[in-house]
Amino acid sequence: MSNILTAKTVTKRFGGLTAVNTLSIEIPEKSIYSVIGPNGAGKTTFFNCITGFYQPEEGDIVFNERSILGLTSDQISQRGISRTYQNIRLFSNLTALENILVGQHALLKSTLFGSIFGMAGTKREEAEAVIEAKRLLAFVSLARKGDMLAKNLPYGDQRRLEIARALASKPKLLLLDEPTAGMNPNETEDMTKFIRRLRDELGITILLIEHDMRVVMGISEKITVLDYGEKIAEGTPKDIQGNERVIEAYLGRGSAAQITA
Amino acid sequence: MEHESNKTWWLQAIQTGLIGGIVAVLVSLIGMVESFHERDIIAGQITMGETLLLLLVVTFSYFSSRGTEDTPLPKRLASGALTGLITGSLAAGLILLGKAINLREVFVNASPSLYKILTFENENTTIALMILLVTGAVIGLLTALVHVIPLTWRRATISGLTIAALIALLQDLLRITLTPFPEFSKSIAWMFGSRGQEGLSVNGALVVFIVVTAVNYFSATRGDAVRGRVRALPTGTQRALRWTNWGLLGAFLLIWPQIAGPYLSEVSNSIGLFILMGLGLNIVVGYAGLLDLGYVAFYALGAYTMAVLTTIGGEITANFELTFWQALPLAILGAVLAGVILGIPVLKIRGDYLAIITLGFGEIIRIMFLSDFLKPYLGGSFGIVEIAPPTLGGTPLNTPQTLYYVILAGCLVALFVAYRLRDSRIGRAWKAIREDEDVAQAMGINLTTTKLLAFATGAAFGGLSGAIFASKLSTVYPHSFVLLVSINVLALIIVGGMGSLPGVIVGALLLVGLPELLREFSEFRLLIYGVLLIVMMLNKPEGFIPEAVHKRELHESDNVSTPAGA
Repeated sequence: MSNILTAKTVTKRFGGLTAVNTLSIEIPEKSIYSVIGPNGAGKTTFFNCITGFYQPEEGDIVFNERSILGLTSDQISQRGISRTYQNIRLFSNLTALENILVGQHALLKSTLFGSIFGMAGTKREEAEAVIEAKRLLAFVSLARKGDMLAKNLPYGDQRRLEIARALASKPKLLLLDEPTAGMNPNETEDMTKFIRRLRDELGITILLIEHDMRVVMGISEKITVLDYGEKIAEGTPKDIQGNERVIEAYLGRGSAAQITA
Repeated sequence: MEHESNKTWWLQAIQTGLIGGIVAVLVSLIGMVESFHERDIIAGQITMGETLLLLLVVTFSYFSSRGTEDTPLPKRLASGALTGLITGSLAAGLILLGKAINLREVFVNASPSLYKILTFENENTTIALMILLVTGAVIGLLTALVHVIPLTWRRATISGLTIAALIALLQDLLRITLTPFPEFSKSIAWMFGSRGQEGLSVNGALVVFIVVTAVNYFSATRGDAVRGRVRALPTGTQRALRWTNWGLLGAFLLIWPQIAGPYLSEVSNSIGLFILMGLGLNIVVGYAGLLDLGYVAFYALGAYTMAVLTTIGGEITANFELTFWQALPLAILGAVLAGVILGIPVLKIRGDYLAIITLGFGEIIRIMFLSDFLKPYLGGSFGIVEIAPPTLGGTPLNTPQTLYYVILAGCLVALFVAYRLRDSRIGRAWKAIREDEDVAQAMGINLTTTKLLAFATGAAFGGLSGAIFASKLSTVYPHSFVLLVSINVLALIIVGGMGSLPGVIVGALLLVGLPELLREFSEFRLLIYGVLLIVMMLNKPEGFIPEAVHKRELHESDNVSTPAGA
């Protein structure tokens, strides 16, 4: 299996702080890959480098065998990378349906003049886009809530709507930033199943930031652990669970010694 | 908590009353009451100035007696009366102070006639003060009683009073409108005061109040049933009904200048030009969320392009002498180009900074037109004269009543374009940028083209408005394009409702039409503007007709057809 995304010695600094330090990751196609680490380890910064929010100072990021370094986030989205956010960032004053339609923006072609004059092609495209958006709403079980403003949806629905919006651009790689944050065990369970469905049914590669270890260990095929911007471990869930440096990073040196002793 | 509010209800009532009193004294001292006193609301009974004071007492008593849902009636009554009393006593204090020292040295408007109004033309000061205090308390008490009235009745009554006052204020408009129908006009003459400027007659006011209240009450209680019955009609009939409505509106808009006469047509034309600008700025600010305070620049550019291309004389060197219709597309194109040129450097700039830069842009354009450097081409402070009017088949459209049709056509085109763009791919991209620029970009939206399209489309409407404005006046001067125009357009969008199309029309009627009709009070125009904006921002920041409403309307039928419990 080939790698869909390869990060080569990516480094991102903010002034004197090195948020991500010579990080190299290879993400195989159609895998579920997790990035974990304590707070402030640089996980979200790494996401922001991939999606073009930040430009790394060093290194290269290759997606589908082409470098995406220096591209703007809209160009990266058009290459096939889509994401969700740690603190939900929906278009809160648009309806759920409109949020998904915005997600399809790059796939649609209608122009200003096409819309003004109501050209046949534009109308057809718009009708198809609405059908597709409703299909996506149903896929994340929000079929009846399409007309609600995004800000009026309950928390769990907002999380799923954000994923549906990310899916609307038909990505090959989906970046999920703490998708189960703030969820109860039942909801977390549902979300875990849902993420697996995304990969199995839609064939999308998933890159995941997550704090809930049950989720991470349950669905990841491979895990990278970051601490202070550096990769301290990499491997299958089993490898990671027994890794001394990881336990140390999470619990501190003393407790790590107690556990391994 | 409950205990504490028990203890301090009277303190709150006094506090509210003091604020009300200060406002009352203020509007008296700046001459508003006296100026408003010139007009009658009900002929010979109550003037606009008295209504203003009354309204103040009512408003402040209403708020002080509002309490919570389970506040007992006596406490409400006491609060209302106390607030009214305090407000009245501050006005009384003003009278006493005015008797004791000469306030006129500082406040020019503290004239004898002001005291006459405040004392109800009573010679005896003691009696006048007693009347003032008692009236204040009684009005406060009556206002507190409003809370006992069920909500549907309360709303109906308030709208009845508002409409009656509005009709009294705008009776000129009604009378002029009715002149082509002398029979009808004569048959309702009893509704108005006998001489001009006299407001409604007592009977007229009663009839208007009762009819409006009743209609409102029935539409609140039975409206749903009627609407349900309309919805139950076959689709064909419903469509026919809707088309009839649109047809009636269209017919009215077409014959309006013939009914209205030249003066009201002129007012309509001003409103129309502001609707055009409002629709344009609404795309930039309302849809795309790019706060543009220099919108007048596009209006000016449209006007000057039209002027330079069509002028047939005067001082300036360029003589193109195009016709209106030849110059119009060029004027719009000029504005669009300016929109793009302004857009490119400000692409990366957000929020407050964008507002400041666009503000500067608007001023730069105006100062450029004023400059000596460009005087040979643009006329400097003398402007450009003898601009060609629009023509139709050889006839010049240079009266307000004929120009109306050009402006109407422009408004309809702009409305259509704005409506079509609202729910289009581009429109959604604009709204996404408004909500969250970074996320919008990460969703694949190209910020550069999308923002430039917003600036360009908005500029096109502004340019169109300016071009018509130039040929309407047949002259342009730099001082027609001051910052206040931009602020006006922005204010009408805010009052109407950001991003809402009917809101633009309502906003233009309120902020452009109403001041035109109440010209005699124009010195208070900006004050009323300011108060209106503050009140809107505090109580109804989404505007009179918020954008979200159209969604509910659009999807109402969907919700009805979904099976219950599914």
